[in-house]
Formats: sequence, structure tokens, C-alpha cells
Amino acid sequence: MTQISKTNAQVMWNRLLSVVEEQAQLLMRAAFSPIVRECGDISAGIFDDKGRMLAQAVTGTPGHINTMAAAVHSLCSRFPAADMSAGDIYMTNDPWLASGHLNDFLLMMPVYFEGRVIGYTACTSHLVDLGGLGMGPEGSDVYDEGLLIPPCKLVAAGEPNALLLDVIRANSREPIANEGDIYALIACCEAGAERLVAMMVDFGLTTLEALGTHIITTSKAGTEAAIAAIPDGTYRNMMRVEGYEAPLELHAALTVSGTVITVDFAGTSPCSAKGVNVPLNYATAYTVFGLRCLIGPDIPNNAGSLAPFVVTGPPGCILNAQHPAPVAMRHTLGQVTPDLVLGCLAQALPDAVPAEGASCMYDLPMRHVAGASRQFAIEPVHNGGTGARPYADGLSATAFPSGVFGSQVEITEAMAPVTIWHRELIPDSGGAGQFRGGLGQRIELSPATDDPVLIFLSVERLQFPARGRAGGADGAVGKISIDGRAVPGKGQVQVNRGQTLVFETPGGGGFGPPNARADEAVARDLALGLVTPTGAGRT
Amino acid sequence: MSLHLRLAIDIGGTFTDTVLADPDGTILASNKVLTTHDDPSSGALAGALRALRAARCSASDVKGVIHGTTLATNALIEKRGARTFTITTAGFRDILEIAYERRYAQYDIALEKPDLLVRRDQCLTVRERMDVHGTALIPLQQKAIEEVLGQIDESVDAVAICLLHAYANPAHEDMLADALRARRPDLRISLSSQVSPEAREFDRLCTTLANAYIQPLMDGYLAQFAARFSNAGLDAPILMMTASGGMCTVETARRFPIRLVESGPAGGATLASDVAKRAGLSNVLSFDMGGTTAKLCLINSGTPRTARSFEVARAARFIKGSGMPVRVPVIDMIEIGAGGGSIAHVDRLGRLQIGPESAGSDPGPAAFGRGGVHPTVTDADVALGYIRPEWFAQGDVSPDREAARRALEADVGSALEISVEQAAQGVSQMVDENMAAAARMHAVESGEDLSTRVMIAFGGNGPLHATRLARAAGITEILVPPDPGVGSAVGFLCAPVSFELVRSRYGLLTEMEWLDVTGMLEAMEREARAVVAQGAPNATASVERVAFMRYVGQGHEIETVLPPGAGGAGWVPHLTDAFEAAYAMSFSRPVPGMEIEILNWAVRASVPGSARHTSVPVPKDAGQAETVSILCDVTGAEILVPVLDRANLAPDTTVPGPALIAETQTTTLVSEDFSAHVDACGNLRLIRKDLQ
Repeated sequence: MTQISKTNAQVMWNRLLSVVEEQAQLLMRAAFSPIVRECGDISAGIFDDKGRMLAQAVTGTPGHINTMAAAVHSLCSRFPAADMSAGDIYMTNDPWLASGHLNDFLLMMPVYFEGRVIGYTACTSHLVDLGGLGMGPEGSDVYDEGLLIPPCKLVAAGEPNALLLDVIRANSREPIANEGDIYALIACCEAGAERLVAMMVDFGLTTLEALGTHIITTSKAGTEAAIAAIPDGTYRNMMRVEGYEAPLELHAALTVSGTVITVDFAGTSPCSAKGVNVPLNYATAYTVFGLRCLIGPDIPNNAGSLAPFVVTGPPGCILNAQHPAPVAMRHTLGQVTPDLVLGCLAQALPDAVPAEGASCMYDLPMRHVAGASRQFAIEPVHNGGTGARPYADGLSATAFPSGVFGSQVEITEAMAPVTIWHRELIPDSGGAGQFRGGLGQRIELSPATDDPVLIFLSVERLQFPARGRAGGADGAVGKISIDGRAVPGKGQVQVNRGQTLVFETPGGGGFGPPNARADEAVARDLALGLVTPTGAGRT
Repeated sequence: MSLHLRLAIDIGGTFTDTVLADPDGTILASNKVLTTHDDPSSGALAGALRALRAARCSASDVKGVIHGTTLATNALIEKRGARTFTITTAGFRDILEIAYERRYAQYDIALEKPDLLVRRDQCLTVRERMDVHGTALIPLQQKAIEEVLGQIDESVDAVAICLLHAYANPAHEDMLADALRARRPDLRISLSSQVSPEAREFDRLCTTLANAYIQPLMDGYLAQFAARFSNAGLDAPILMMTASGGMCTVETARRFPIRLVESGPAGGATLASDVAKRAGLSNVLSFDMGGTTAKLCLINSGTPRTARSFEVARAARFIKGSGMPVRVPVIDMIEIGAGGGSIAHVDRLGRLQIGPESAGSDPGPAAFGRGGVHPTVTDADVALGYIRPEWFAQGDVSPDREAARRALEADVGSALEISVEQAAQGVSQMVDENMAAAARMHAVESGEDLSTRVMIAFGGNGPLHATRLARAAGITEILVPPDPGVGSAVGFLCAPVSFELVRSRYGLLTEMEWLDVTGMLEAMEREARAVVAQGAPNATASVERVAFMRYVGQGHEIETVLPPGAGGAGWVPHLTDAFEAAYAMSFSRPVPGMEIEILNWAVRASVPGSARHTSVPVPKDAGQAETVSILCDVTGAEILVPVLDRANLAPDTTVPGPALIAETQTTTLVSEDFSAHVDACGNLRLIRKDLQ
């Protein structure tokens, strides 16, 4: 096929997008990891025979945007198509190739049509446990964090590699769930390949060449047009974050030059000794996500729409951590990179970019203490407020940039022996402004039995609030305490019977001067109790 | 002579459909009248009387009325409900606002969260607390009751009470309701422990709130409907169609009006199930395409798939998560913004997009000449020659092919630099592909395969798009039943009287407290039977009890039927086997050794609907077939095809494609690659030619 009509090409493009969504749904349904179920921590994509990404599911987290595109590219260059057979599947969980930490497994499968490789399907999913110190920032290097599997063949002509599966089982606290998740990933690759072949038959295609070129050129042109509308220049921003052992600086220089955007993290603090470091592929994923929310958000993710964004950082800075730095909790700082680069973009587009938000998830991974009468492990997720928009208030207790689902109290209490006594928005926690930041929430939690509960924290914005923009005030910082005693944002804490953990998520920053806020908006906030008379008076 | 006729009335957004049938289900008369939005029962009565006149029957011949209405759905979408307050446990005022802490569209930073009917100052709290087992951690005291009652002023019409873990122990909700009733006997009160006794406080509160919010309105409407029909001599018992595809009494409907939402689409799925059963088809796909949306539903062994929740009033239409979740038993279907009125446009990347905006009936498609200027799916069908003016809507509307072509040229053809013909084909291809994508996604989510299914097509646009959708979805056989244009109302006639309850009781399968579970299941069975007995007093209901089982840590639940009798450890191996077999069906490999957990349990009682043995009317003269020119949907070439009147086709007639088969409310397109055959029940069976 050399020529395809415009409407025909689009029908096929839609079909590709529906194939990757089907893959993603299948993976979510079969996955065991709660973070997959609650947060959709997965991805699925289709690639052409050169490893160029043609479609990616929008179901899933921003952490996989770009990382999957880059990973398939590097697997393709490592394993020549000529050496592959039908039914093969390749995999890796190398954080620097896959998605930033060991728990994310990436699988890639060649798709055969009429005896030739015409493309690839790939998917990524978060596995429950890979041994080591487990999910937490306490590792001193990546070896502490568990099992790393370099790129290899997981399935040969339909037969899973039994030794490899044995190794994975032998290195996990949750061998059964891991195996279930790996089967789900295999099924996801196979379903994608099957659907892709069916589509080629339906449309009489023999290669993806013309369709791929159409998708990539259309998406690239659309994205470039959106970039061209932004004034050229270099825009700089710096954010302070708390890090693990000491506060850090994150720097970004965003350069708009014609139809290309480059972001450089030069000046950013070096890596931490603990696992909050971020491989560049993951930092890039969130950075590009943040930018694409404002630049061509309606254009699907593919090699064309991602091409105009180039992200770099000096090796060894905390946003370009090098092997073997520990990276298990790379999402804590990875999720603040949208605020970092949107702070640059706001200088170019002052009327479009929101204020900073709480940004990093406030999750509460908890489990039993040794010797407890009931064993459990859950990870309820909660969030603070988002930044005010230049045209609307921020959203209260809402995830951004991550796409997580918050947990329900009744479910948390069924799964774990805890009682949650309070979960309400915190009045006055949103940054004041012409448009107010979203509110944080206050959660109070106690053990429900005599057994203490262990909690593993890795959150930000306890010292450095979400900053307002254009004269808007900062949001309230987060606060964590046990019986009134403040607790640090990263590390393990124990809550005993009779004690109460209070967990306050941060508010979002405000936008525009508070005195420009409409009287009706102030009156409404007061009537609804979102702002107290004292809070309103402060402005 | 007294006849035992039944009347089915489906009030939709645009039309009210009425079907009058004799006891064996043969349709004596049917009609569509415009829905009278200000006073919906007046239009319904007009339709009923018209049907009786057409069949030359009297009101006293009608022995049963079955009614479905979009009124409940519309009240929620248009926010026309009562002034409602909520009462939740102290410390949990923001359950609605916090919800799932989630944005429904990942890249849309401008989005607002769904409007959930009440403002924060209508959300009250009361000091009390149950734990997960239903044990009171903080008792509900008189002082706390007084405090909260003091905040409910005269302006309040309805109250939704949703206390934490009330599904495990309703005592505090009951106490609060009693105190409230004593003080304000006129208040409508909905309790979460009755409306939706399932864990997950946000979903339970939403459901309870939605019930309370529409209760005063639906109460008034149902009373008025019954009075108006009774005054006209139509005093037969009325049964209400529910979202689950079963019927309940007006009394039950007044307690749980939330169960009445989406009853029209449920009627359509019920029709498809009945048609499939009578045609001996085990697995089918029901395809109901109207003016605004298309509804697709998977039906196995004559039973539509069911679900336990859906969303009403989606802000961004058809985007998951942008509406209000309601947990009631529903027929599981996917509804997308693809109907005859869906508008086509070209976006800034030069991509042709269809809907979800709809021209509706006002201004309607450009071809209708009522002020519509943007091209719709119907305009594309008119331009392609598939809709003949003289056949459309009984000749009430006369589509103008030139107007359709002008709109397609202006909004699509010139933007994409393609001909009008290509534009029309593009619109058609795109909407059919969108529906196929939705169908495939629904099948994947349900762990089912599409390609082996027969499609049952109905609704005003279903028979017209059936072959094109089938081609895109890999389906090779289609069935178009008689009277496809009023399919939902026909479906009401075969619905069972049924009621379903769901309760939460969490435990690992191997550690379940079976005594407790058995007690709960028995109580649920008593309640479900009592409700069904009201609607079917002389029949014995059959009861099915199921557990929603899943591997610990996994999100996907598998519905497993429970054995009869009291539960105990003896059930464990049986349930484990049943679960793992079902799991392997969906995911190819079970995960041996993984623990299984159960949170929700359901009990369904039902009395099956009456069997239909419709007689096929004897066709009149075959007559002369007119020949018209259309654009072939397979090759794109202009071809001449015959237009046949369906009423003239006798059983066993074969119509090879390409052809058009027209009837009063719709047209069936027999594409070039399909051949149509009239079966003994009067169904049109379309089969791909290469498979014959």
C-alpha cells in the first residue's frame, strides 16, 4: 500500500488507538498489584517495524509517556528483527531502560504478518514485589532494591522461559502475584499483536509504513504548530524540594526555538544517598506530560507528537540519576517536574499556566508489625489541592499530575485493622488569589486493634509550599504528626494503639492577586466553609 | 368478549413509544408521539388511546400496563430535583467533594469536577461511628440527633442519610430517620442502608442522594400517571420498567425511584434477549441506534450481562468518571454519542470527528430543513442515498438530499479537500468505526469475543447501520426483528417481574463467617421475594444468590452462583473450582495458590415474563420494487438498487444485496456483501455472502 485516503488513514488511526486501549483494559483487569488497580500504573503501545511508537493508551499514568517509546527503541536496536521468531516476547525491568524503578516490567513482542516483522506491541505494569528492601526510599543503591533483569527473551516462540520465571519467583515476597502479573503482561502483548494483524487483514494492509508516516507527520506538524505559537526564548525556573536527607534545588531551563522545545536540568542538586533519585527517562516522562497538558493536549501520544520535546540533564543530578543509584521512590520527585517546567512555561504563556499544586501523591503504604495477629499490606492513596488556573480555582484533594484514584475509607478499614476518624477538606489551605488554589485534606488514623501499624512515608511539600502565580498566595504546606509530634516526610513510622496519625495534604497555590477575587466568590467560599472569616480577612 | 391486552409505554427524550399487544405478544398497534415534556403522562395517554383506536379495542380490554420513562434520568441531568440535604458521619462532610480524588481526563487542566447535586452547605454531619463489623465505636446520642435536626429548615424537601459502614449495621440510620420523621412527617428520607447497602462511602452516598433528589418529583409523577390513566378507564395494574430489565410495582418505584433510570435502553436489551431466545441464538450483540446515542449490549444464553453500577449525568458526555456513580442493578451496556443526529466536524489536525454533540430533533440534521446547518450522520446517509424521503418517519419529514450535500461540503469536504461523496462515506465510516471500537472495548472489558456473535439491530438507525458496523466489528450475521423502530417498548412486554439486592460482607473465602453470611442471604431473599410478590402475586419467584469473588489484590470480580441452603466450609472447594474455571476462561491461566476474597453478595428474585408467540402477518401483494441510485458502502461506486417494502416480504423470501428494505420507522441497508432472508418469525436475517 502506498496511498491511503485521508479518511481511511484516520479510520485506521482510530483503530490503532482502540487496540491499545483494549490492551490496557485487559492488563488492568488481570493485574494483581493494587497500584495498578487503583492508579492504572500501566501502559500499552503499538510500534512500527523501526520501533517508532504509533499509538499509546491514554489509560495509565504519565510516568510511562515517553519511557515506553524510548525503551522499545533501545530493545529494537539490541535485538535484530532477523533473530526473532513468531511468539517471542522480550522484557526488562532495568530502571534506566523501562520506567524508572525495578517494579515496572516492560514487555515487547514482534508482530508477524505474512512471515515478516511489521511492528511491535509493548506494555508495562507495576509488579507487587521484587525482593530487596521493598518499595521504600531506604535502599542505598539499586542492588538493595531488588532483582534487576537486563533485556532478555522472556517467551521463546510461545514458551515462557521457565528458569527466568523461577528466578523471579525466588526473589519476591509475593511470588504468586508476580507470576499472575507477568502472565497478564504476556496476554496483553499477545492480544495487541492479534488485534493488529486482524486490523491489517480488515484494511488490506501489508505494512504499517504509510499509516505510520501519516500518524507521525500529522502529529508532529500539529505539535510543532502549537510550539511555534509560543514566543521563542529561554525561560528558567528553580524549585526547592525536601529530598531525603537535606533540601535540594531543582533547576530547569526551557528553551523554545521555533518548533522545538528543549528542557535542561543543569544546576539541579546531585543525587541523594537514598532511593528518591530519578532516572532521566522518568523525569522526562513527567516533564513532557506537564508541557503537553498545555501544548497540543488533544494530539495523541506517539513518536511524532513527542519528537519536538528534548529533555537533558547533567549525569548524576537527582533528575538524571546514574546506575547504581537507588531509585525505588523516583515518583516522589518525578511528579514535581511538571511544576518545575510549567514555572518556565508560565513566563512565556502567563495567561495559560496554572499555579503550583500539591503535585506529589500522598500515599500511605502501611503494613503489620512483626508478630501482629493479622498480616496485611495496603497502600491507600490521597492527594492535596491542585494549583489555581488563570481562569478558575484549583481542584480540592485531586491528583495532578498523576492519574491515581483516591481510596475509600470503608475499603481501607475492611482491608486493614485501622480506623480513620476524619477525612475532610482543610479550610484556608488553598492559596488565596483571584482564583484560589485547591484545598488539601486532613486524615486522622488510628490502629483498630492492639497491634501497632507501620507506615512508610515518601512525600514532599512539608516545608516548601505550592507557590502561587501572578500574585497569588502559596498553598498551605502538608503536615504529618503523631499525637501532635511532627513526623518527617520520608521514612518509616509506627503508630501504636491509642495514638492518632494526622496527615494533612498540601493546598494548591493561588493565581492572581487575592484582592482581585470576585466578591461573590469570596462570599461563596465563606458560605461553604472552604475559607474561614479569619482566612478571608488575611487577604 | 373481554380481551387481555397489555400496553407498553416508553417515554423517551424525543418520542413516546406505545405498543398494544394481545396475550401471546402479537402486536396489535404501535405508535410514536412527541414526548410532552411539561406533563409527560398526557402524551403517554394520547399514545395509549391512539393505539386502542387503531386496534379497535376499548380501555377495559387492557389488563396490564408496563411503563418506562427517562424522567428520572432527565431530572438528574437537568438538575430539576428537590432541595436535598445529606447527613454523614462527623468528620466526613466532604465525601462528595473528595470523591475518588481524580480528574476524568488526564490532559485537560481546565476541567471541573462533576456537579453532585448539593452544595457543601447542604452537607450536614452527625456524631456517631460504626466500625467495619457494624459495632458502634461512638453511639448515636439524642443530643447529636437534636443538633443535626436543628439544621434542617423548612426549605428542605428531601434528606439522604449515609453513615459510615451503615451497610453492616443500619441502626444509627434508622434512629436518625425515625427522629426526622417524627419532626417533619412531610420529608422524603432515603437511607443508604436501604437504597444501596454496599461498601464504598462515595458511591453509596451518591446513590442515596440521587434517590432522595428525584423522589418527590417521581412520587408526584407516578401518582399523576396512575390517576390520569384510571380516569380514562385504563385502571389495570401498572408495572414499572427498571434499569435491570425487570419490572417492579409502582409502590417499589416510589421507594427506590433511582432504579427507574435508563429503563428504555433496558427494554431494548430485553427485546434482543427475547428475539435471540426465540431464534435459538445463544450469544448475540444487541445494537440499538437512535437519534442521539447507540447502545450496545452483550447477551449470552438469552440473558443480558448485568452490572451493579453506572454513571448518570456525565459532564463531558460519555467520558467515564465525569458523571455521578449510581450503584443499582443495571443491564451492562455501553452507550456512546453516535446517533443519526450526531454532528460531524473536522478538528485542527484535520481529523474528522463525529459527535458527541447531537443536532437532536431540533434543529435536527441539515436534510430536515428545520434550521440545522451542520452535517450529521443522517445527512451522510441521505447523501449516500440510503434514506428515501418518502419512507422516512411515515413521510412526516421529507429529507432534502441537496441540503445534506451542502452541509457535508461546507463542514467536511472543503476542510479535507475531498468530494461530497467521499465526505459522506468518511462520516459513515467514522461513526461505524467508533461504534465498532466501543463494541470491541465492551467485549474486552467483559472478557467476551464479538466475531462469533449475531448482531440484533433495532432503533430508528440500527437496521440502517447494521451491515456497516458488522463489517467494522468483524461480525458476519445480523438479525433485524419486526417493529425495530419501537424496540424498547416491545421489549417491555417480555420483561420479568424481578428485584435484586446487593449487600457487602467482607472476608477471605477460607475464613468466611458462614453463619453470619447465611443469615444475611436469608434476610435478603425474604426482602426480594416480598417485593416480587407485590408485582406477581400468584407466582412463585425463582431466586438466585451470587457472590462477587476475586483474587486478593486483584480488581476484577467474577460473579459466582452460590449453592442452595446454608453456607459453610463445605462451600469453599466448590466455589474455588467455579471461580478458577471462570477465571481461566477470561484470562487463559488461573493463578493457583492465590487467596480468594469476597466483598459483595447479591440475591435476585424473579418471575419470568410471559412468552411471546407472535404471528407473522400475511404479506400483501409483493408489488413492484422501485429502483434507486445509491453509493455502495463497500466499493464507493454509484449503483442501482431495489427498494422493497418489508410488509410485502413473505417468510422464506431472500433479498440479495445490494438492496434497501423499508418500513414505517426505519430502513434496512442490505449491503452488497450481505444477503437478507426472512425467517419464520418475520425476522430479517442478514448473512455475509462469502459465508453462505
